[in-house]
Amino acid sequence: MLDLMAGFVAELRSAGLPVSLTENLDAMEAIRQIPIEDRDAFKYALGATLVKNSAHWKSFETVFEVYFSLRGPEYSIKDEDSPDEFWREMQDQMRQGEGKGGGGAMDSLTQEEMMNLLMRALMNGDQAMMRAMARQAVQRFAGMEPGRPVGGTYYLYRTLRNLDLENMLNKLQDAQRETATEPLTDLEERLNKDEIESRIEKFKQEIEAEIRRKLVADRGAEAMAKTLRKPLPEDVEFMHASRDEMANLKKALYPLTRKIAARLTRKRRKGRKGPLDFRSTVRHSLAYGGVPAEPKFRSPRPSKPELMVVADISGSVAAFARFTLMLVYALQGQFSKVRSFVFIDGLDEVTEYFKSTEDIAEAIQRVNTEADVVWVDGHSDYGHAFEVFWEKYGRDVNAKTTVLLLGDARNNYHAAQSWVVKEIKKSAKNVYWLNPEPRSYWNTGDSIVGEYGNHTDGVYECRNLRQLEAFVEKLV
Amino acid sequence: MGNRFESVQAVRDGLKEVNYLADDGIASVAFLADRLGKPVLIEGPAGTGKTQLAKSITELTGARLIRLQCYEGLDESKALYEWNYKKQLLRIQADKKTDSWNDVHDDIFSEEFLLTRPLLEAIRSEDPVVLLIDEVDRVEMETEALLLEILSEYQVSIPELGTITAKQIPLVFLTSNNTRELSEALKRRCLYLHVDYPDLEREKLIVLTKVEGITEHLADQIARIVRNIRQLDLKKSPSVSETLDWARTLMLLGIEHIDAEQAKETLHILLKYQTDIAKAVKELSSGK
Repeated sequence: MLDLMAGFVAELRSAGLPVSLTENLDAMEAIRQIPIEDRDAFKYALGATLVKNSAHWKSFETVFEVYFSLRGPEYSIKDEDSPDEFWREMQDQMRQGEGKGGGGAMDSLTQEEMMNLLMRALMNGDQAMMRAMARQAVQRFAGMEPGRPVGGTYYLYRTLRNLDLENMLNKLQDAQRETATEPLTDLEERLNKDEIESRIEKFKQEIEAEIRRKLVADRGAEAMAKTLRKPLPEDVEFMHASRDEMANLKKALYPLTRKIAARLTRKRRKGRKGPLDFRSTVRHSLAYGGVPAEPKFRSPRPSKPELMVVADISGSVAAFARFTLMLVYALQGQFSKVRSFVFIDGLDEVTEYFKSTEDIAEAIQRVNTEADVVWVDGHSDYGHAFEVFWEKYGRDVNAKTTVLLLGDARNNYHAAQSWVVKEIKKSAKNVYWLNPEPRSYWNTGDSIVGEYGNHTDGVYECRNLRQLEAFVEKLV
Repeated sequence: MGNRFESVQAVRDGLKEVNYLADDGIASVAFLADRLGKPVLIEGPAGTGKTQLAKSITELTGARLIRLQCYEGLDESKALYEWNYKKQLLRIQADKKTDSWNDVHDDIFSEEFLLTRPLLEAIRSEDPVVLLIDEVDRVEMETEALLLEILSEYQVSIPELGTITAKQIPLVFLTSNNTRELSEALKRRCLYLHVDYPDLEREKLIVLTKVEGITEHLADQIARIVRNIRQLDLKKSPSVSETLDWARTLMLLGIEHIDAEQAKETLHILLKYQTDIAKAVKELSSGK
């Protein structure tokens, strides 16, 4: 047990979770209090002591699964679990299958029978049955061979392709329509579909877990944990985020903006005191018989910066630009005025989109579809875009304005026109460049961030949420 | 350390008796909090029953609840203790002539002149208590430090009196809405529990237990619609308490079966932003 725990904690640390020594000791103490057969309680005991940030829970679950799944009770299937007939039938099948050695040689159930079984299971939301079916499906379709150096996703894909769950969704809906006594309203249909989808999603997770369990058994926990290691949400790189990761990032964004806003107002309020407030001092002196014992000061009103965001929204950096725009607009209250411009090789102002609606996501959607940003060929041309910016909006840049330039500065070997940045710098309060690329890529190939950077007040690497957060805080 | 609860299951059953439906995570952590004698930090979206958990545990253990509501500007005179200086002044003036300085000094810094605030009160209490430190994320970073001694050692040091140690180890719950990151030092001393929106089954059960006379069919529908709405990209997702409000409203209106129209008309109870309501209406009318 000690060894296992040590390995487990080491893996958590390499996944990026900050686990301190005391927390490790607490965890050891905690699991002594919990009967080890109770796998859920065991998991929560470890979670409560080792994971202190809800965003890290997912990573924790993955590692836990890998290290402790083989010990769980559901890995060995018990007979007395369910009196259901189907269940018994299934189990018999499974025993046979196992006897023959895993290779998916369970002939007695045809594919059709199996699909019917699965459908029944999904229909009734029968957890145990679904789990058994997942096992069965993996055994039958994934074609797993020991020692084969293929990732879990490959097996998952193979299994799902054979199951054809899309079709299952339709069939289930039809079935529900038939069983209903009266025709379903639209709303009910919708809710039913939701329910089925969530069950199918659960089933998919079961399959994934099953594949993982098998892989762990084959390769050992440590190797498996390493391949499953995923960055924490705040470390996900904007430029390479998968769709799931992007959705997670979006979810993380809103609480983050609240956090930043709360911190900033606090900072502003707490700052240095303003000049003496004579009126208030005199009024308070009455309590001390006219002696101004308690001087009062005006609260300071530091001016809020005006912000101009100029963002490259071409393919490679689009996600980053969208993200930064969302963050900036979510923090609108912290700035006296925000204007935003987007470009690829042409440039367009999009401030209006954000003004006309409260919904930032909708505005971003409009930026993507409506903004007029293509001039010649739709490949980034920073030089031309900056020229247009300067020509049209240059006179609006004044000593109160902070200008943010977003992009990877990959200019496709067009003319740099870096004099524009220099001019902006002359009239603006500050000019910053945010680059979503890792620092080591800067100024390689067609990246000319250095040339622009010379004229700015700083170029910042903004690859993930953590870095973006740090920058925004510095800005305000 | 403590053994208020027999097992995780016992916590779960007990909580159910006082009408709080705990999931595995909640029950396990509550159980451990007692066994390890450690405070629990509960985080999660607003309105998911964080404070209620502390209250229900109080009810379950038959203890007294001591609550410290945190706010910006909370300091030790409000949280820990304060000297009753008015009484001290009176004491000094009362026997000006007879007492020597030393007598007075020793006397005015005795327990008689001490005003206990929630934290100290929880420590000094003879009978079992549950200490609830609500919305701890509202205090400033520096004020958090006030809590550290009490959370790890269950003691309070008062310079004039010495250290006061707890007579019994209270169950301590801290709640946070996560408006800022709490300090590492605080987190390290606590067990961590994240309470999220409940899943479909649990939400349905919650509605069934908390709303009297509701039919299973309606509860099921409510839970499903709420889940559907939570999947949208909203400014503020409906909380459990809002779900309950909605269920009660529907009951009052005598609705037994929700159709899209009725749902839309009562949405403002679930959602508090106009844009959110518009989105949900669109979603509900979109059919399949």
